[in-house]
Amino acid sequence: MQFMLLFSRQGKLRLQKWYVSLSEREKKKITREIVQTILARKPKMCSFLEWRDLKIVYKRYASLYFCCAIEDQENELITLEIIHRYVELLDKYFGSVCELDIIFNFEKAYFILDEFLLGGEVQETSKKNVLKAIEQADLLQEEAETPRSVLEEIGLT
Amino acid sequence: MALKMVKGSIDRMFDKNLQDLVRGIRNHKEDEAKYISQCIDEIKQELKQDNIAVKANAVCKLTYLQMLGYDISWAAFNIIEVMSASKFTFKRIGYLAASQCFHEGTDVIMLTTNQIRKDLSSPSQYDTGVALTGLSCFVTPDLARDLANDIMTLMSHTKPYIRKKAVLIMYKVFLKYPESLRPAFPRLKEKLEDPDPGVQSAAVNVICELARRNPKNYLSLAPLFFKLMTSSTNNWVLIKIIKLFGALTPLEPRLGKKLIEPLTNLIHSTSAMSLLYECVNTVIAVLISLSSGMPNHSASIQLCVQKLRILIEDSDQNLKYLGLLAMSKILRTHPKSVQAHKDLVLQCLDDKDESIRLRALDLLYGMVSKKNLVEIVKKLMSHVDKAEGTTYRDELLTKIIDICSQCNYQHITNFQWYISVLVELTRLEGTRHGHLIAAQMLDVAIRVKAIRKFAVSQMSALLDRAHLVASSTQRNGICEVLYAAAWICGEFSEHLQEPQQTLEAMLRPKVTTLPGHIQAVYVQNVVKLYAAILQQREQAAEPEAAQDVTQLMVERLPQFVQSADLEVQERASCVLQLVKHIQKLQAKDVPVAEEVSALFAGELNPVAPKAQKKVPVPEGLDLDAWINEPPSDSESEDEKPKAIFHEEEQRHVKQRQPEADEEELARRREARKQEQANNPFYIKSSPSPQKRYQDLPGVEHIPVVQIDLSVPLKVPGMPVSDQYVKLEEERRHRQRLEKDRKKKKKKDKEKKGKPRRHGSLHTESDEDIAPAQQVDIVTEEMPENALPSDEDDKDPNDPYRALDIDLDRPLADSEKLPIQKHRNADTCKSPEKEDVPVTEKKIKKLKKKEKKHKEKEREKKKGKEEEKVKPSKHKKKKHKKEKEERSKDKKKPKKKKPASDGAAEPVENGALDEDPLPPMSSYCLLAENAYVKMTYDIQGSLQKDSQVTVSVVLENQSSSFLKNMELSVLDSLNTKLARPEGSSVHDGVPVPFQLPPGVSNEAQFVFTVRSIVTAQKLKGTLSFIAKNDEGSTHEKLDFQLHFSCTSYLVTTPCYSDAFAKLLESGDLSMSSVKVDGISMSFQNLLAKICFHHHFSVVERVDSCASMYSRSIQGHHVCLLVKKGEKSVSVDGKCSDAALLGSLLEEMKATLAQC
Repeated sequence: MQFMLLFSRQGKLRLQKWYVSLSEREKKKITREIVQTILARKPKMCSFLEWRDLKIVYKRYASLYFCCAIEDQENELITLEIIHRYVELLDKYFGSVCELDIIFNFEKAYFILDEFLLGGEVQETSKKNVLKAIEQADLLQEEAETPRSVLEEIGLT
Repeated sequence: MALKMVKGSIDRMFDKNLQDLVRGIRNHKEDEAKYISQCIDEIKQELKQDNIAVKANAVCKLTYLQMLGYDISWAAFNIIEVMSASKFTFKRIGYLAASQCFHEGTDVIMLTTNQIRKDLSSPSQYDTGVALTGLSCFVTPDLARDLANDIMTLMSHTKPYIRKKAVLIMYKVFLKYPESLRPAFPRLKEKLEDPDPGVQSAAVNVICELARRNPKNYLSLAPLFFKLMTSSTNNWVLIKIIKLFGALTPLEPRLGKKLIEPLTNLIHSTSAMSLLYECVNTVIAVLISLSSGMPNHSASIQLCVQKLRILIEDSDQNLKYLGLLAMSKILRTHPKSVQAHKDLVLQCLDDKDESIRLRALDLLYGMVSKKNLVEIVKKLMSHVDKAEGTTYRDELLTKIIDICSQCNYQHITNFQWYISVLVELTRLEGTRHGHLIAAQMLDVAIRVKAIRKFAVSQMSALLDRAHLVASSTQRNGICEVLYAAAWICGEFSEHLQEPQQTLEAMLRPKVTTLPGHIQAVYVQNVVKLYAAILQQREQAAEPEAAQDVTQLMVERLPQFVQSADLEVQERASCVLQLVKHIQKLQAKDVPVAEEVSALFAGELNPVAPKAQKKVPVPEGLDLDAWINEPPSDSESEDEKPKAIFHEEEQRHVKQRQPEADEEELARRREARKQEQANNPFYIKSSPSPQKRYQDLPGVEHIPVVQIDLSVPLKVPGMPVSDQYVKLEEERRHRQRLEKDRKKKKKKDKEKKGKPRRHGSLHTESDEDIAPAQQVDIVTEEMPENALPSDEDDKDPNDPYRALDIDLDRPLADSEKLPIQKHRNADTCKSPEKEDVPVTEKKIKKLKKKEKKHKEKEREKKKGKEEEKVKPSKHKKKKHKKEKEERSKDKKKPKKKKPASDGAAEPVENGALDEDPLPPMSSYCLLAENAYVKMTYDIQGSLQKDSQVTVSVVLENQSSSFLKNMELSVLDSLNTKLARPEGSSVHDGVPVPFQLPPGVSNEAQFVFTVRSIVTAQKLKGTLSFIAKNDEGSTHEKLDFQLHFSCTSYLVTTPCYSDAFAKLLESGDLSMSSVKVDGISMSFQNLLAKICFHHHFSVVERVDSCASMYSRSIQGHHVCLLVKKGEKSVSVDGKCSDAALLGSLLEEMKATLAQC
């Protein structure tokens, strides 16, 4: 997979993950182009389109479009499955996810994606394992945060 | 400290956190940009504080802004600061920001190397994990080189969480630093059998991705993957493996045969569409590679087509789309099976979804035949009329043209029909593809000579209606067809019914609104028409009429002379002068037609598009060499050429006095022709030998079949292709009747007693339809000695090319991942100029690295040259090529051995009186019979301390095809053949290739050895099946593998100081030999020892040299070689006395031959 984009029906980018090294300008250009193309498609159309020498696989969930760019030989259906998996993961983590969850906790959305995919390849196919890893990492974060807040309190009082 | 912290926390309370930022942006919809720039200012303030929590918060906000499209590259350094925070919370944010905005051009990225290394070895698996994840996004060649070894270590981490990440990221590392592939590959391969399914699947992922790009290097893994495929139940893994097999089968057809069964089973059993789709795709790939039609394959094709039909008929648009996509792959090799589903494809043409319609169009391309072309195009034409969007309509247009023109118009039987289709397409307004139609018109008119008359009539009608075509908007692409029309009418004006009318049409004032390049063609062809008319009139003895035409020209041409387009203006003024001159001559009653038409004598032949490229560069011509020395950059000289140019231009203007005399022109033309005839590089108009319809007589003699058309050829108004459809049908019908009649006659003439096999059951197949016109498709011309190469399309910049690395070859000792070492740990005392493998020198500074890279390059080049200069004894091309390939792949110690200069580098300068060294090869004969000749070489490697690799070159000496080759060896207690897992001691090892007659190839087998101090012999047998026209026989060839002690030695360079230390240590045993009667020069002698016995020269003084080598088990072997008058003495020291004894014996045998 070359990159993954999440954007809203209004064309606002909500998440982007690039597995190829490109300059900012190039990224912006590609994003704009793809967002426009996909938004112009009618709802009953199939989820694949050929774009430059890549294939774009996208799917709409509520108000969000999830879109992946894959290479020519890759399997479109499994890419759809990847998108679906990711949505399920977000759903499990946030508890019936909505666009606002992703906007306000965008870093979490990235962390989940990073546990699921690495370098554009599926890293962990078990949803349970991904969530476990995220939960433990979050726990680590909270542990790290708690002593500091205690210190703060001491400092403040 | 505490106070500072408290202060920081208080500050923090007033800072915006990410949520505040997001909320703020949403609340400032009107002045978002202003609000954000305000926020960025705040963030800059926050980044200046010492508190890492504040910084992390700022970086987190920046990451969000980056997504909105704001540049945050200025904060790269702050991001690194946050990455190096000790707390996981911050580290995580830092790495996230880095992975979002770092790329290869980020300069501070090199500062991260140590931080990342630290995190990779962190005791917390989440620290390591986050570093790996980040690295996967921004790894650069430098990072890859510096961290490859660390990541490789992580592949064996105790936690599967880390292992799988490390395995996956290795793929990115390989891409950026291809040298790491070979050293890391063995471990990666191990991971295929990791107990954790996640790690296993990661390894499958990586190897599949690698193999997809360079499949031939991964063929040896096929059995392992086959096992995985049949045992795994994980669909994700299965899909990857099946995809991999799809890439491997074209290289190894046997694999394909083996795959068909499990794959068809999967197709039958799986419920997962993604897996089904992948299986179908791979089966298709397999069937393509097994082009030989085995009977059971048609069943698999049927199965695939059947399943795809189900997909296409599904209501899910995605499945429909993919079904069509896969169908088009089958179409390429098995068009018949797909053509049966024409109904389905045509149905898809009416689908709501444009992408599906486009896919269906692709399929149509392969479904046409002579029989149904007309019908299909008719259907498409009706779609063109209905199509709503211009993009889809344009796509339809190109497809129609593609379909009709494919394979040299092989499906078109009636070109009148085709021309009328093209003319009908000109009605399309606003299409971008006017030039496509124009190109087709030109192509058909030029290459199908029989159609010219008809084409000209249609084109003149088109010119007549030019106002219709060109009337609409200025940017209308369709007016391009006028370009073709004008050219065709001009060039083939002899076919024009009413040239005068066409001439007038082309001189209408409206024409000046056309684009310049079209007007230019108009002007040029007006003259051609004019010449034709003059000729006609003069022959008819109507001088007045001829003068009228001239008058018309003189009147109308000035409108072009005023054109703003330079090309038009130039041509028009030139032509005008010419016509005026003719007018003068005509006034004097001089016949001019002959001379005017001479201007356009001769025929234009089509030239192949690549012809120019294929003209071989004549010997001695260096295209890169300067013709004139390039001008220097200095400013003073800058002025001169300018002035010259100016002068020259003026001169040109003066010269161009347009009194063009046609006699003069004709003379020049003649001269040019003469010159061309003598010029070997000019593409002459002689018919090219590759003519398609070679058996047909020349065009001139083709009896153009009279078509009794019920409609006059000159169709007034719009021509309609339909009428030709009807005509064509009638014609075919007539033809069929005639054929049947003939057949009957023939049969009656034939032996009457024979039973009729064909009966009257007549189905019209493609071959039965004869074209309406005797079509002579002129093939495009190529230069006579064109170079046949298909390498025009290869992309030299393919990033995956660098990963085309042979992985089966055992690792050489020099191939190690660079390991970062402490500055003081190593002081390189030995002189640098000695040619030392890369790893010996420790990496210290970037500069040095660069230098080394260059050195490596040089070494590589040298290696290649050596290979060229000194061909091995085996002159078999393949073998040589392989060697060359290897030398390209990697630097290898062996390379230094065969050449005198490499091995004895330090001496080179002194030695002048060298007699050339005979070519050497380390390969020696193993066994030979009428079928096959085996030669072998044994190589040790320092990496695996008790393994040697035996490379066996198998050469097919017979005219039979050798296959199923298998090598079996009787293991001894000491030496054992490494067999694939699961096979018993008595099983043979299959040779991974087959040998067509006369071909040789190399197979490698690994043996494990326990003790290396004495030479070993192993008996073995090569069994194979030899297949020729008479049948196949099972054959055997016995052999004896000789593992000399020498073969356990690995060439290892040694510095003289290290060498001296080794000798001083005193724990080496000593022995010596002396050989008399040697005539060879000392230089060559040393080279021979280096080459055959894997030694390297440490130092040489006159006729005395010290040499060093090392065994695979780490024994040091030191030699002192002294040359006397006619003798050589060798003193050896080695850490094992028995080994030394055996080695010296072997060396004695070699020296005795000198």
